[in-house]
Amino acid sequence: MARIELVCPAGSLPALKTAVDHGADCVYLGFKDATNARNFTGLNFDDKAMRDGIAYAHARGAKVLLALNTYPQSDNWTSWTQAVDKAAERGIDAVILADPGLMRYAMRTHPELRLHLSVQGSATSYEAINFYHEHFGIQRAVLPRVLSLAQVENVIRNTQVELELFGFGGLCVMVEGRCALSAYATGESPNCNGACSPGKHVRWEQTDQGMETRVNGILIDRFGKDERAGYPTLCKGRFEVGGETYYAIEEPTSLNTLELLPEIARMGVAAIKIEGRQRSPAYVGQVTKVWRQAIDRVQRDADGFRPEPAWQAELAKVSEGQSQTLGAYHRPWK
Amino acid sequence: MTIKLSLGPLQYYWTREATLDFYRSMADAPVDIVYLGETVCSRRHELRLPDWLDIGEQLAEAGKEVVISSQTLIESESDLKTLRKIAQQARFKVEANDMGAARLLAETEGWIAGPSLNIFNAHTLSVLVELGARRFVAPHEMSGETLAGLLSAHGEPLETEAFAYGRLPLAYSARCFTARHFNLQKDDCGFRCIDFADGLTLNTREGQPFLTINGIQTQSARVHNLLGDLPALIDGPVDVLRISPQASGTAEVVDLFRAVADGHRTPRDAFEASRALMPAEACNGFWHGRAGVEEYVA
Repeated sequence: MARIELVCPAGSLPALKTAVDHGADCVYLGFKDATNARNFTGLNFDDKAMRDGIAYAHARGAKVLLALNTYPQSDNWTSWTQAVDKAAERGIDAVILADPGLMRYAMRTHPELRLHLSVQGSATSYEAINFYHEHFGIQRAVLPRVLSLAQVENVIRNTQVELELFGFGGLCVMVEGRCALSAYATGESPNCNGACSPGKHVRWEQTDQGMETRVNGILIDRFGKDERAGYPTLCKGRFEVGGETYYAIEEPTSLNTLELLPEIARMGVAAIKIEGRQRSPAYVGQVTKVWRQAIDRVQRDADGFRPEPAWQAELAKVSEGQSQTLGAYHRPWK
Repeated sequence: MTIKLSLGPLQYYWTREATLDFYRSMADAPVDIVYLGETVCSRRHELRLPDWLDIGEQLAEAGKEVVISSQTLIESESDLKTLRKIAQQARFKVEANDMGAARLLAETEGWIAGPSLNIFNAHTLSVLVELGARRFVAPHEMSGETLAGLLSAHGEPLETEAFAYGRLPLAYSARCFTARHFNLQKDDCGFRCIDFADGLTLNTREGQPFLTINGIQTQSARVHNLLGDLPALIDGPVDVLRISPQASGTAEVVDLFRAVADGHRTPRDAFEASRALMPAEACNGFWHGRAGVEEYVA
């Protein structure tokens, strides 16, 4: 069985070190600007932190992937190309890109630089993945969280590009790269600004009816005394449709595919991605530790693999809304 | 050059009769281009590809340029089979709404790069033009100013289309939110979206319309309407204005756009007249580089 890489999030240098120390094969990170899809205040790497992070990871045999996965526009194009140049100079192991124009720049300017197709590229079929492979030589694609496992396997059979699957963490319900909900509500989008439901537009207000959460004035949810108020991600609020108030799009929940690991390993997935660059180093450490053990176990004995209750308990502690789902990998979720 | 009007692909699931009636009525409407086909959900089957091609023949006979639009979210092998059929038919041009479609259309002449391809800069636009794209539909979230900057950086003339009227397609998912509303699974959805000709409104808990549920697609609740902004569009970067079909008033809205484009009505007057035709309040924020939900008057 081919080795599955564990790809872990690093929103800061301490998170990167924790991930490497707990057994990540790769860490992925971004610069402190709109060139990546987690452009949040207080997060990400400046030049010095990036050099230190790369040195730390490489000294311990781990790879460093750089997310440059937003879409540059004509007036800010050079910020993205400079980021690609820096990645190549610093010895980044691969850049994760979504924009075809930027892929072409990277391929022509730094032919030795390895390219991964970001989940923000919205490639959900082998035809789309092969498009990026033929034109820009991408060597790995991160799949949007929309396919069932059978569909993932069909993609693998029809492409030579390695596939990376989301295994754990916050769940985008919408096809990544094709969601303008945040742009519609706030003017800031994952595609162009690297932000979804950005904090500067969020208001928490204690009212007579309970704690209300708003994004740019739009009421996303209201919580009673006994409820824990969650962050108002636009697609995870309670809304009224046809006279019923409920989580009309998705509950606050995390993706957890641990129980699918033998199946994922059998079909030849190249890497498992953990979501959460915006989360704490403690989260990164806990999740990396569990997934390292699980991947090592499944690669020794796929048939006998059962997720340890202790692993699931650890993961449940750090899940959004303390709840978990198999997402689209499990057809009934759809 | 006079600005062209296009009718975007139907986003909703209407009955076969309603769909055929609608396109029959469009044969005489002052639209230059008609995009046809199912772009949202592969389970919808009131019309299949041969039916869309038949409608295309009738509209072509009425003098319209006909384009077949491809599905936006491709998941299964059967989705790809349909996509290949669309790409292989030589009768009409095709709008690619996914890079898989772009791959299948590459080297064919004159396909259209659709709004979901995320073409945000001139470098990406060049890639697609080199592969044969001859018209480009701007991403819905792109502002007029950014679009002008993109085209000026591109440097060569390229027919450019912008979404000018209708509820905005904002997101696509593997999950069907209409089925979820009825506690049904997508594989056994009962095709309930056929009961909502303009989608199903999602309100906030204080009764403010926010989004529209349309199967696996999420739209704005408000109607993006650029009638009031037309002079800047016509003098600016746009060659084609896209009007997205709503259940009622679409023909009247087309007339209003034509009347303003031809100088027979003022933009403000036409915009005010369109208020009675829309299924909800108006918005135009995206065009002005603001939150899409805003109704902005310059």
